[in-house]
Amino acid sequence: MSFPLAADGEGFNSPGPRDFEFPGIFGHDSFFTKPMLIVLLGSLLVAVLFYLAARRAQTVPGKGQFAGESVYGFVRNSIALDAIGHEGLKYVPYLATLFSFIAVLNLSGIIPFLQFPATSRIAIPLFLAIISWAIYNAIGIRRQGLVGYFKNMMFPPGIPWPVYILLAPIELFSTFFVRPITLALRLTFNMFAGHLVLLLFVLGGEYLVFDKGGIVGVLAGSVSLFGSIVLTFFEGFVQLLQAYVFTLLTALYIGGALADEH
Amino acid sequence: MLSTLALLASEGEPSPLKPHTSELIVGLVAFTLLFLFLRAKVFPMFEKAYADRTSAIEGGIERAEKAQAEAQAALEQYRAQLAEARNEAARIRDEAREQGKAIVDQLTAEARETAARITARGEEQLVAERQQVVTQLRGEIGRIAVELAERVVGESLADDERQKRVVDRFLAELEAAPAGSGETR
Repeated sequence: MSFPLAADGEGFNSPGPRDFEFPGIFGHDSFFTKPMLIVLLGSLLVAVLFYLAARRAQTVPGKGQFAGESVYGFVRNSIALDAIGHEGLKYVPYLATLFSFIAVLNLSGIIPFLQFPATSRIAIPLFLAIISWAIYNAIGIRRQGLVGYFKNMMFPPGIPWPVYILLAPIELFSTFFVRPITLALRLTFNMFAGHLVLLLFVLGGEYLVFDKGGIVGVLAGSVSLFGSIVLTFFEGFVQLLQAYVFTLLTALYIGGALADEH
Repeated sequence: MLSTLALLASEGEPSPLKPHTSELIVGLVAFTLLFLFLRAKVFPMFEKAYADRTSAIEGGIERAEKAQAEAQAALEQYRAQLAEARNEAARIRDEAREQGKAIVDQLTAEARETAARITARGEEQLVAERQQVVTQLRGEIGRIAVELAERVVGESLADDERQKRVVDRFLAELEAAPAGSGETR
């Protein structure tokens, strides 16, 4: 990525939301932008890697199969079975796709040349959150009936009735509005902020070393650039963690909708 | 929030909260295709591998248990056979001992019987021969004695009755006399 930010000696322009907007790849105003390319490449990568891992799946796995199975088994055993229970097996395909899709699009933020987390574009987490929202509500209504689902959600048993005055609207609001919005925003802005901080360290370091110069500038800029390397590793951790959090929360919401008692 | 958005927009800064429709569509399509592909081609293979592994392990355990049970059964069978063989051997030994004893007893009895029979027959024969000899001798001795007496006395003892009495008396004396004196003529 090349940004004409610190040019012309007119001072340092701190990176901001405009660094998340890309011109069209095929012409400035065409709709196909870098985040979309990353989405397509990432999906293709996930599909190809998984396909190679599973192509000749055997009882005794090879290296590739073992790696693929590790990812799948992690979602299956540590997320689906733990958060939902034995019924969770049905939702493993969605959860595993969700996890690998988010993880790869997050990690694109620290992959050289891509270096942009596609999930920091709110459109991606938003539609994923809407799918998860539709799934867990559909499951709840199918399992408990329309009335039963709302009754269990808003009036969980075992609570003195005056509390319902406060609890019922909160639960309704939480399940229908807060959950999908927090799912989407948590992922988006973790990636957004992480990328912004990385940009700041890299561009700031660059500016200090090359434009400001002097002993102070070079030293401070070197510290900043070195810090960006450390931050990259930290960012990788956060990216995997956020993929896990999104998937785990979806599984928990599904599990909650499946449970008859709240 | 909205006011912040408006402020950002007014400053020419793009809002990170505003989803782009094209990104929504591209992302949704990519995700849906990825999901359908993985669900159809990848995850069933993994589940199958899991199931195979589980069944392989369970099958192995089952086979091992079966083999152990078979070995146990064979061991029991061998033990039973061994015990049976021992009993059989003991029985055969006992039988043989009994049979041997019976044979010996039988042979002893037979031998004893045979000996007794032989002895009895010998005795009978002896008695008969003796009787015969005695009878023969009695006649002969009588005749010889009479002859002798005729010769000695020189008179014929025609009277049979008297002659017989004389002979009997003579014989009685002869019998009473020791065997050695009878030999001498």
